[in-house]
Amino acid sequence: MELSGAEIVIQSLKDEGVEFLFGYPGGAVLHLYDAIFQQDTIKHILVRHEQGATHAADAYARATGKPGVVLVTSGPGATNAVTGIATAYMDSIPMVILSGQVSLPVIGSDAFQEVDMIGITRPCVKHNFLVRDVTQLAETIKKAFYIATTGRPGPVVVDIPKDITSPAIKVPYHYPKSISMRSYNPVVESQPDQIRQAIDLLLSAQRPVIYAGGGVILGNASKELTEFTQLLGFPITNTLMGLGGYPATHSQSIGMLGMHGTYEANMAMHESDVIIAIGARFDDRVTGKLAEFCPYAKIIHIDIDPASISKTVKVHIPIVGEVQQVLEHMIALLKASKIKNNAQAMEAWWDQVNAWRAVKCLEYDRDSLLIKPQYAIEQLYAVTQGDAYVTSDVGQHQMWAAQYYHFDKPRRWINSGALGTMGFGIPAAIGVKLAFPDADVACVTGEASIQMCIQELSTALQYKTPIKIINLNNRYMGMVRQWQEFTYESRYSHSYMETIPDFVKLAEAYGHVGIRIDKPEEVRPALERAFALKDRTVFLDIMTDRTENVFPMIEAGKGHHDMKLRIAPGTPIDRELA
Amino acid sequence: MRHIISILIENESGALSRVSGLFSARGYNIQSLTVAPTEDPSLSRMTIVTCGSEEVIEQITKQLNKLIDVVKLIDLAEAPHIERELMLVKVTATENTREEIKRMVDIFRGKIIDVTPATYVIEMTGSTDKLDAFVIALDKTHIIEVVRSGSIGISRGEKDLRL
Repeated sequence: MELSGAEIVIQSLKDEGVEFLFGYPGGAVLHLYDAIFQQDTIKHILVRHEQGATHAADAYARATGKPGVVLVTSGPGATNAVTGIATAYMDSIPMVILSGQVSLPVIGSDAFQEVDMIGITRPCVKHNFLVRDVTQLAETIKKAFYIATTGRPGPVVVDIPKDITSPAIKVPYHYPKSISMRSYNPVVESQPDQIRQAIDLLLSAQRPVIYAGGGVILGNASKELTEFTQLLGFPITNTLMGLGGYPATHSQSIGMLGMHGTYEANMAMHESDVIIAIGARFDDRVTGKLAEFCPYAKIIHIDIDPASISKTVKVHIPIVGEVQQVLEHMIALLKASKIKNNAQAMEAWWDQVNAWRAVKCLEYDRDSLLIKPQYAIEQLYAVTQGDAYVTSDVGQHQMWAAQYYHFDKPRRWINSGALGTMGFGIPAAIGVKLAFPDADVACVTGEASIQMCIQELSTALQYKTPIKIINLNNRYMGMVRQWQEFTYESRYSHSYMETIPDFVKLAEAYGHVGIRIDKPEEVRPALERAFALKDRTVFLDIMTDRTENVFPMIEAGKGHHDMKLRIAPGTPIDRELA
Repeated sequence: MRHIISILIENESGALSRVSGLFSARGYNIQSLTVAPTEDPSLSRMTIVTCGSEEVIEQITKQLNKLIDVVKLIDLAEAPHIERELMLVKVTATENTREEIKRMVDIFRGKIIDVTPATYVIEMTGSTDKLDAFVIALDKTHIIEVVRSGSIGISRGEKDLRL
């Protein structure tokens, strides 16, 4: 079969089983768009801005586990995609980005819409390729998918010059079924000695904590983590990226840890004598001040990426491997072990953990006449019965969603964790809804974040992806304002916008339903109405208490035990805060 | 501590910038970097001299290994190895100084490879320390140019770096 470069790209994507291609046309990719026009296997989703394409593809990958695929043109199309590529890179999301490039003979001549995409994306991709020969095109695309989806996943860019896709040149097509690269071998050998040592340490622990991250979700190891945790009977805390990796409503779950983690999770980490980190990377938002991080603990760390081990925190037992396999091995050892955990020590430890829980660090003023953002998330949780896909933007609303929407399943919580990309929420919700058209998909956002990719409301209409936008509108960039309140004596420098659009009218202008909610008692009925409107995107503009802050909070440079709480333990709710 | 990392890397365009970009992005130190194809033209061998604490060197080797183009690497400083650097020095060589410079070059086992009525070009190989010592030994006012290749290295005995 002889195909042109453009046809090879499309045929390769078909052979790879790609369902959706998120993209935006332009000069350098016109041959490709012509090939897309002549087929209907791959559904092209036309976004309104290339950043939206990357976030939608990224969220599709997070929700399904399959790689997201993006097509953008050269120059500005490519640079607009960079934020989304970096977002996926930082959260280890498998993605393949096809970018158009100017024709080979003019590369380097500052041609129209030319940028050095390989150079620009080098620090924020797992790998990238410039295709210089049409006969290498299919194999390069295969390599891109292989690299993106294996080992620690990540985005891979394939930069394709326009002349490579020319319909005038046809070459034999062969898409390799599998591929091996001498310089890339993602398979890691098992490490039985370390695993055995880890089991011995875990069974001798007095105050253990399981600290599980996004690697559990990326590695499809949620089931194994659950079994492992329940066999041991230890408290488990999840990172922001790991939410849903272990059911949040189960009694052993002590919630999220880190900067806005629960009191019980952070205190347990601080006091623990053994920590097992599973697919987590000791991010600075998790550890707080490194010098005070888990001062009494011996640390076991399971990670697929050797570079994540002992990067910031020195670990005692490193285990490099796929989380799922390592946990299976550990479960087998635990089941076979004659020694069990120290029941007496565990009872004392749980008494302590429960005492920390009794502080009720997530309690807030439920009698307020203003809409508390926490209340809105709790109602969202109730109305969707905890079973929605929740995407978010970045800021206070993101933390409240993480704290008050209790994720029991993996791949339900879709947020930009490491890069913290405002604008992620709407395109992400579209990506998820395309993958799961029958599921409830909510985008929890704020009036600042949402304006960064609001144009994708138009995409949501075109592709009939009825998402529910939960806009916690506090008329501030809430997280910025919170930091300014705490560390800059409330000098609110540019953390509010003097003009905010009428979101109800805006939603209607985009062809959707808009509802403004001003009172707490309106929240529940509005949410019910929104989710009952199965075939419409609904924008809920919820006017929340402007002054509400996210608690608990570990301020920059402090340790886990040094948390700022909404209410000091044992005191009644402070009405001043409300 | 000083380390000398030898890397076998795919001989592809952009491979060098992946390595140098990694060092600049993560704030690692590069004292010297040399690269050229090996006997297998599909592979380049790169030698990087760097310094840092054990933790930093561990991260450097892990991060380098993570680069898709890197096939294999070793830290030569971990075992006995031989290290060489090439230096060319152009000096003023007038009637008064020609003899003295010639003697110095002989002591350091260098060669004079270009002679004009007013200049010499000296070729010298050796460890970085030796080349440093030669530069210090020369009268500064005689030096016109110094060009150094950066270190290359190879392990002694059985140990090797190949596919």
